[in-house]
Formats: sequence, C-alpha cells, structure tokens
Amino acid sequence: MAVPRGTAIGRVRGLGSAKEGAHHWWVQRLSAVSNLLLLTWFVVSLVSLPKIDHFTMLEWLRQPWVAVPMVLLSISVFYHLRLGLQVVIEDYIDGGARIAALLMASAFAIVGGALSIFSILTIAFGA
Amino acid sequence: MATRPQVTPDAQAQRPLSPHLSIWRWRVHTVTSIMHRATGDGLAIVGGILFTWWLVAAAAGPEAYAVFLGIATGPIGLIVGIGMTWGLFQHAASGVRHLAMDTGAGFELDTSKTTATMTFVVSTLLTIALWAFILLR
Repeated sequence: MAVPRGTAIGRVRGLGSAKEGAHHWWVQRLSAVSNLLLLTWFVVSLVSLPKIDHFTMLEWLRQPWVAVPMVLLSISVFYHLRLGLQVVIEDYIDGGARIAALLMASAFAIVGGALSIFSILTIAFGA
Repeated sequence: MATRPQVTPDAQAQRPLSPHLSIWRWRVHTVTSIMHRATGDGLAIVGGILFTWWLVAAAAGPEAYAVFLGIATGPIGLIVGIGMTWGLFQHAASGVRHLAMDTGAGFELDTSKTTATMTFVVSTLLTIALWAFILLR
C-alpha cells in the first residue's frame, strides 16, 4: 500500500492537485465505449448501403433511427477526440503554445461537432 | 528543521531525465502504444475534417456532394479511405486492449506481447475484409 498523502479531507475528496480527480480519465473511457458501439453501427450501416450517391445518403440520413444515432455519434466522437488531443498536447507542448493548442483543439471539436449535427438535422428535418 | 537542497537554475537544467524513446529497445508493445497515439491524432484531425465535410456536403446539396464524392471515390480517396479505416480498426483494437488493461488484466509480459501483436493482426485483417467487401461486391 502506498503511504497516504495530503490532508484527511483531501484524501476523502480524492481530487488531487488538478481538482478534478479521475474525471478526464473516466470520460475518455466512457466515450471510448460509446464510440466503439456507434462506429461499429456506422461502418456496418454505410457499407450495407447499395450506393453512396446523394439521393441514397439523404434517404438514409432522413430516418429517425439513423439521424439520432448519427447525432449521438457526432457528440461521442468529437468529445473523445477533444479529450485525446488534450492528452497529446499536454505531453508535448509547453507554456503559451500549450494554451493556444488546447484552445485550437477545443474550437476544432466544437465547430466540427456543431457543423456535423446541424447538417444531420437539416437533412433529417427535410429542409 | 530540515532544509531543502538548494535548486539553482543550473542544477535544474542538469537534473537527470527519465529514459526516453531512444533508450528503450523497440518491442511490439512500444509500437502499439505509439500507433495508438498516431492513429488517434490522424483520426481526430483528418477523420474529423472528412466526417464534417461529408455531412456538410450532403446537407448543402447535390453539387457540393458531387465534389466530395468525386474525390472520395478517386485514387486519393481510396488511399486515404484505406488508411483511415486501418487507423480506426488499429485505434479500436488497441483501445479495447487499453480498456482490458485498465481492469488490471493482461500485464504479464507474454500476454501483453500477444495482445499487442493481436491489435495489428486484427486491424489488418478487418481492413482487408472491409475493402474486399467494398471493392469486390
């Protein structure tokens, strides 16, 4: 057993010096599992389509049981990739460049996720 | 009262570092670990952009989608497509290995080496099977 460190209340909270405990680690694993399920469905569904022309794509994406998993997939994938990019950035980049890279990773994930979800809903609601 | 050793900027610069990549002998576990990061980065950036482009083009209309489809079904699209699917399968297989190891399982040297090797076997076989299905049906 490791020697207990920190104050009693600190050990109870178990949050460590970053004040967020294992939250990042845990949500990275949760989104990994949801990615695994949703991307398996995605790859199998896509290759099962007879064609991938525009008409076929719209007919496919219009279905509720496609549009909803696609929105969930977008959230899961862009959240997971944001968490993963953060880990790599924090390992290799220091100082101000680290802050800039983290902001860019966040912006990339948010913009990519928003554009994807907006596009899915635009098709699903038949604009 | 205990005194802390004085750390001068100079001493700090010469502080011993933990062994880095060039010190360790290359093994399949090493390559699996590095590939997990490399494929993760590639999927995040290239995959993220392509996924978004595909959906935005589909929503924008037939002309925008035709531009996407023209490149996606061309030679560049084929190479990138095979690369992205292999990266996805490799990252997924390696990720499942990570999830298993998170429970404390599979840290024995033999087991770890076998599972690390398996990630490459699985990802390569799945990529071949997927593209054989796409191209030959």
